[in-house]
Amino acid sequence: MAKKKKAIWEWNIVRRALLDAFLKLNPRKMMGNPVMFVVEIGSVITTALLFKGGTAFKFNLQITLWLWFTVLFANFAEAMAEGRGKAQADTLRKARSETIAHRLTGSNGKLEDVPSSKLRAGDLVFVSASEFIPSDGEIIEGVASVDESAITGESAPVIREAGGDRSAVTGGTRVLSDKIKVKITSNPGETFLDRMIALVEGAERQKTPNEIALNILLAGLTIIFLLAVVTLQPFAIYSGSPQTVFVLVSLLVCLIPTTIGGLLSAIGIAGMDRLVQHNVLAMSGRAVEAAGDVNTLLLDKTGTITLGNRQAARFVLAPGVTENELADAAQLSSLADETPEGRSIVVLAKERYGLRGRELSSHDAHFVPFTAQTRMSGVNLNGFEIRKGAADAVYAYLTQHGREVPSAVKTTVEEIARSGGTPLVVAEKTRGALGVIELKDVVKGGMRERFDQLRAMGIKTVMITGDNPLTAAAIAREAGVDDFLAQATPKDKMDLIKKEQAEGKLVAMTGDGTNDAPALAQADVGVAMNTGTQAAKEAGNMVDLDSNPTKLIEVVEIGKQLLMTRGSLTTFSIANDVAKYFAIIPAMFAGTFPVLNALNVMRLQRPESAVLSAVIFNAVIIIALIPLALRGVKYHAMGAAALLRRNLWIYGIGGILIPFIGIKLIDMLITRAGLA
Amino acid sequence: MTANGWFQILFFLALIFLVTKPMGVFMARVFSRERTFMDPVLRPIEKLLYRVTTVDENHEMRWTEYAVSMLLFSLVSMIVLYLMQRLQGYLPFNPQKFGAVSPAHLAFNTAASFTTNTNWQAYAGESTMSYFTQMAGLAYHNFVSAAVGIALAIAFIRGIARRQMETIGNFWVDLVRACLWVLLPFCVVGALVLVSQGVVQNLRPYDKVSVVEPQQVQKLDPNGKPVVGPDGKPVMDTVTEQTIAQGPVASQEIIKEFGTNGGGFFNANSAHPFENPTPLSNLIELFAIFTIGGGLTYTLGRMTGSPRHGWAVWAAMAILFLAGVTVAYWAEARGNPLLANTDQRVTAMQPGGNMEGKEVRFGIANTALWATVTTDASCGAINGWHDSFTPLGGMVPLVNIMLSEVIFGGVGAGMYGMLIYVVLAVFIAGLMVGRTPEYLGKKIEAYDVKMAMLVVLVFPLVILVFTAISSVNGFGTSSIANPGPHGLSEILYAFTSGAGNNGSAFGGITVNTPWYDTTIGVTMLAGRFLMIIPMLAIAGNLAQKKYVPPSLGTFPVTTPLFTVLLIGVILIVGALTFFPALSLGPILEHLLMGIGRTF
Repeated sequence: MAKKKKAIWEWNIVRRALLDAFLKLNPRKMMGNPVMFVVEIGSVITTALLFKGGTAFKFNLQITLWLWFTVLFANFAEAMAEGRGKAQADTLRKARSETIAHRLTGSNGKLEDVPSSKLRAGDLVFVSASEFIPSDGEIIEGVASVDESAITGESAPVIREAGGDRSAVTGGTRVLSDKIKVKITSNPGETFLDRMIALVEGAERQKTPNEIALNILLAGLTIIFLLAVVTLQPFAIYSGSPQTVFVLVSLLVCLIPTTIGGLLSAIGIAGMDRLVQHNVLAMSGRAVEAAGDVNTLLLDKTGTITLGNRQAARFVLAPGVTENELADAAQLSSLADETPEGRSIVVLAKERYGLRGRELSSHDAHFVPFTAQTRMSGVNLNGFEIRKGAADAVYAYLTQHGREVPSAVKTTVEEIARSGGTPLVVAEKTRGALGVIELKDVVKGGMRERFDQLRAMGIKTVMITGDNPLTAAAIAREAGVDDFLAQATPKDKMDLIKKEQAEGKLVAMTGDGTNDAPALAQADVGVAMNTGTQAAKEAGNMVDLDSNPTKLIEVVEIGKQLLMTRGSLTTFSIANDVAKYFAIIPAMFAGTFPVLNALNVMRLQRPESAVLSAVIFNAVIIIALIPLALRGVKYHAMGAAALLRRNLWIYGIGGILIPFIGIKLIDMLITRAGLA
Repeated sequence: MTANGWFQILFFLALIFLVTKPMGVFMARVFSRERTFMDPVLRPIEKLLYRVTTVDENHEMRWTEYAVSMLLFSLVSMIVLYLMQRLQGYLPFNPQKFGAVSPAHLAFNTAASFTTNTNWQAYAGESTMSYFTQMAGLAYHNFVSAAVGIALAIAFIRGIARRQMETIGNFWVDLVRACLWVLLPFCVVGALVLVSQGVVQNLRPYDKVSVVEPQQVQKLDPNGKPVVGPDGKPVMDTVTEQTIAQGPVASQEIIKEFGTNGGGFFNANSAHPFENPTPLSNLIELFAIFTIGGGLTYTLGRMTGSPRHGWAVWAAMAILFLAGVTVAYWAEARGNPLLANTDQRVTAMQPGGNMEGKEVRFGIANTALWATVTTDASCGAINGWHDSFTPLGGMVPLVNIMLSEVIFGGVGAGMYGMLIYVVLAVFIAGLMVGRTPEYLGKKIEAYDVKMAMLVVLVFPLVILVFTAISSVNGFGTSSIANPGPHGLSEILYAFTSGAGNNGSAFGGITVNTPWYDTTIGVTMLAGRFLMIIPMLAIAGNLAQKKYVPPSLGTFPVTTPLFTVLLIGVILIVGALTFFPALSLGPILEHLLMGIGRTF
């Protein structure tokens, strides 16, 4: 799946959709959409009457054709939305192609080759380099680099290893190096890939709660208009101006909300599809809707808010030490330190003090690696012993060698700790403390703006971190999150979610570890990282294939966009009716009562052209709005009131005005072409 | 239009604005069973009533029990009223010796009419109903049907306000409290004030007086048809005596307005000098009509903890009211364009405009105001003849009722009708801001939308279907007095008035026929009870829901934007449903009048 935005009108999708549009005329399928079902019945009735013959054949034929077009256009919209998913499903199917699995049989350690479709949950298989992983599973032995591009679209291989939070593998991905023993976790047909195919294809698509509610509203409106039109005929007879069935059906079809009715399922499918474009798989449409409603976002600090690693920000000198001395010592002690923190010290020394990296092996240097016991690392070089590490560890080291720690250094250490940084003390055995390196969490660029946007949308952000409250508070302040949970354990996380939910709020979170699973399941929107454990992926209701926790914010926006598109097009559809009344009512009765031409504000040419123009507009607007339905109404991060005002202007007022212009133009066009 | 006229209209609205908060707070206290200053007197009576009827006042009801209690109460009350009418010949307080109300379909129609707070009158009160029927039957219903409406509105508000609760209150307690605390005290005072203006209150037989100038009139048979002599000419009578009807009018008049019932003691309703003798009594009666409807908006705000939301709803009502009264006043003050050579100007000696069917003591402004107020609320009282309004002026009351009388509205009914629109407005608005919709912290979901749509469907169903049948069948068209679009308006108005539980008549149509008595009776019952049941279902469903605290992402229901949206939804739903019917009725008539054709 490529991440680039797909063009809306891609030819092979359009071609398939054109065919599907006709297949979907099957009344049993149409019944799921009451609005369009009514249009189809209307089309059947007018078609039947057309064969009965009668006057005004040319007009009646055109009406009938355009009624059918209305149904077909709506079907086409749905087929277009599905088509985009189907194209992706085809790519995925290729990945699912049958492979041979080496299954471990019994306890004797013998291997047998079976087709991957025979594998059951609990089976153990071996997968070697360049083989496809036959089904979803968990690595129980070994480590391997895996190409997951079939699923994520990301070509760089990822490491998967037994134990810990990187143990899950997905069927259809390929092992690039090494050999792993995998315990299969899904039965055939239930694998991640299977579910993903079903999801993008929309095969198992169920109407979401909100979609059902909207469908009821639309069905209710349809019944109201049915009553209005059916009873209009007796009123017309009373007034001595009975109408033909063609005109009555035209009026009905124009009034019922065909625009939103025709595009509703396309909007839903496209919403899921947009998530897929962002490489997020939602296990249900319900989760996508819930995402739009989220009140509280729980964001892991590391990797989401900060770059993930602490980085050296500055050097603070001990009394009597020169800048170069400290930088030199800091650099030397870190040259062999491959941790991101260590590398950042080297980088800082180079950028700030112009110290180039040195090749140390020739200097007979002996590196002392960091251990959890000593909590220091360093280098022994030409009789010098340079150490850097946690303040108390270095203090102990110095005391042990009979060195006093200057009070200035101690003060610096405390200051740095208080401001949320991590102080590393640098010392040399004989010279004593040389100074302090301040390590800071680096907040990702643009996060503050994002959180400001979220706040404007009414969403509270809570940063989750294992740091102490002091550090957490400092980072929270810098990043601009609303709240933080420091020294968080999985239980704390769970409690926080429950507390928020008890207040009626919807909570979204991301997670990857097995210990995140309960919280992911509890959260209303739980986005599991694809790199995470199987347990986490099953607990959440979405999986992010890119394993990018920041994406939660986009998920929220997509959820909102989905609902907004529905609401806006509903408003637009209903607002359209005003113009249609002004086109059709005078056309119906101006023959008997010429005074009613006062209502013909568009000055449409003839009664026939007026009715025809309204019907054509009603059909064409569906096609015209397909791109909007598929892309979604543009979301702006702003308060609800401002957003509503904006959308009411565009889709409410616009919805009233546009058909006046459109119908008038079509009327001019068909009159010029001699069609009516 | 005159400055004086506008002053009176705006003065009236200012009075309603001023009474909204005190009335709203008072009702909120009454129904939350907080202490009020009337407790020392009323609490003992209330307790006694519960002891006699074995009602447990602390019992809470789910919406289903609430609905069943209300339906049973209404059914029994309706049957009692039916029997009372049929048996009034045997009952006391009948100085005019009226026999049974007949035919049976008229008694059914009247029983349905008063039970549903409609007060559609296919009879003339002074020549049909005994004082006993008027007092114990009709006035009783005026009180209890109004109290039922208030109770239902309060139950709905509780549904919004309560969190994760199964119940929405106790119907019997709400009913009793609405009668004792809200309706009775105001009516006792109000009736006395009306008496001071000249409204009669007695149990005397009708007075007979000699007329100053004897008159020749056509003799009528008991069915109201002219008697024709053997020569084919109408038989004439000489009238030398006039009967002046009497009765306990003031006590019935005040509840007729305060409970938005509208059923006049006399056939001429509030145009009759014994019902509404002075401009001041006119103002008092108008004030009574909007008092509860206005107050309930504040009760809504107070009980749900968002007074500003209450005011936002109030504002939507006030704007729609002003729009209606402006059109009606303008259309009537403009006069009849076909009478260009007649002096229709406003002068010191004449009110000008279209005075046909209007009382000179009220003039154009107060008649237009009355027509607007009584149809905004479901009070079918009239002080002028809607049939004689200009086509556009007459369309205002019709459209007001078609919008389902949510502009302050019938007591209680206006509030819960408005809340259905609010649910729909909030649903659309919620979607447009990208959240699953919520209203005052309650999610609006499929079930709520389904029930709301059921409520909305009732109106077009009964109004349009019955009007359509009546307009193409002899049993329907034979009743109308005027041909063409005006006749269609007459039929449309009758069913609209019934469905809206308004009860005012457009006039010009003979409705005491088996067809109209029965179908309008059914329409009234449908317009009341078919709407109430889904409405209560929403209340029960909302009460169970968890409260979702509002955030910046929640669409606020306290702003002018909300008011505008609410007005938009009301107008769009109403206009789209009834535009075709209106275009062949009043709109066509208005356009035809422009070219000199009248009906």
